[in-house]
Amino acid sequence: MDSALIPKGVKRCPLPVFAAGIAVVGAVVLWGVAGMLLCWLKGLNQTNMNDSYGFALWIWADLAVIAVGGGAFFTGFLRYIINKEELKNIVNFAVLVGVNCYVGALLILGIDVGQPLRGWFIFWHANVHSMLTEVAFCLSCYLGVLIIEYIPLVLENRQIDKVPFFHNLGHNMHEIMAVFAATGVFLSCFHQGSLGGVAGVLFGRPFSYREHLLVWPWTFFLFTWSAAAFGPCFTILCTKITEVITGKKLVKDNVIELLAKISGWMIFFYIIAKTTDTWYWAAHTAPAMGFELNDFYNNVLYGKWILYAEIIVGGFIPALILITKAGRRNPLLLWTAVLLATFGVCLNRWVMVCQTMAAPVLPFDKWVLYSPSWQEVSTTILPVALGIIVVSLSYRYLPVFPQEQELNPID
Amino acid sequence: MFPFSFEWAWDAAHIVFMGGLWYALSIVGLGMTYCIIKATMDTISGKGGNHH
Repeated sequence: MDSALIPKGVKRCPLPVFAAGIAVVGAVVLWGVAGMLLCWLKGLNQTNMNDSYGFALWIWADLAVIAVGGGAFFTGFLRYIINKEELKNIVNFAVLVGVNCYVGALLILGIDVGQPLRGWFIFWHANVHSMLTEVAFCLSCYLGVLIIEYIPLVLENRQIDKVPFFHNLGHNMHEIMAVFAATGVFLSCFHQGSLGGVAGVLFGRPFSYREHLLVWPWTFFLFTWSAAAFGPCFTILCTKITEVITGKKLVKDNVIELLAKISGWMIFFYIIAKTTDTWYWAAHTAPAMGFELNDFYNNVLYGKWILYAEIIVGGFIPALILITKAGRRNPLLLWTAVLLATFGVCLNRWVMVCQTMAAPVLPFDKWVLYSPSWQEVSTTILPVALGIIVVSLSYRYLPVFPQEQELNPID
Repeated sequence: MFPFSFEWAWDAAHIVFMGGLWYALSIVGLGMTYCIIKATMDTISGKGGNHH
């Protein structure tokens, strides 16, 4: 029925099967929309946030999707600025994943601010002393850049491409894509960093406070670095999941291996820097504020296990797998590495948002724990479900994977 | 926020923050304008019509 829209030379499942899959995910979207409407109509009393948790599940989800969405800017940087030719076969998908991550982040923020109709205030009445203002600027601009990077792919749809203007527009956008990619890298470096900077400047929260280089705490650099390092792992993970669902090989091994190798070395050096930062903070910064390391890890939920899980399980192990040729080439180990890496960076964001809120600050303080309401959970899952639908539609109707035809010839 | 807004101040923070925003928006806007104008001119000159 929709065969005229499907790219030439590739096979897709029948439309009813596709529609049934979309309907299942659509039900999850409706659940999320219900939570979203409740939050907008009734207010933030629908959440379990309180005076201790101004930042909670939503902000963690924001930071996590922005970190894993970093695969888009870093893959774009490698493809268009460093000119890694092989990555042209995965950069479309990296951009697609990135678009979904950033749309999701802004959607969650639109619910979290409570008054989305006043969202433009941050641009017009900007507080130019706030790192979050920089985040808002760069986040929204970068989403624009990602959409611009995604448009040429949409214009390559079989029917749209028949229109000469759209064909020419897509061609011209391809030609200057390096300019957009460079702008995206500029914006990404700053908003990723500023998200980390927000935690690092909290001198009233010794758990997250860090030393500075000029106005930037070390968390600024660690967040940018970790997004560039772990983001490509999430792109690989999404590619592998898509391959499993479609039952096809979509990207050649040498492309995945190159991205995995670069990501592995980035994670390796990042995790050394993170370990050094943690050691300096535990040995100097926190004691100077009257705290010992154990003060931050004497809770069942927030024990030292979480530190080891982040640095060793979600850092060193995936890094060591990915920097070795045998590790990258073993499918099971590659799966393990990208899963652990994604887990590691998400755990890092959880720690920097929620453990920062939970840890006691004053001598008479106790740990403050938090569990999200169903409205918070549903609205956090909402962008994931929307992302699945967008990826499914893009895969079905657009040439997302340039090597698909070659890897899956139709008899 | 623009320099003619009542809350504008000619200090480093405003110039860096808002300058960075305008800089990024200008590059993206000019890039897209260039692409659209060139695509229009290409289309008028008959390019892209028989690429299949």
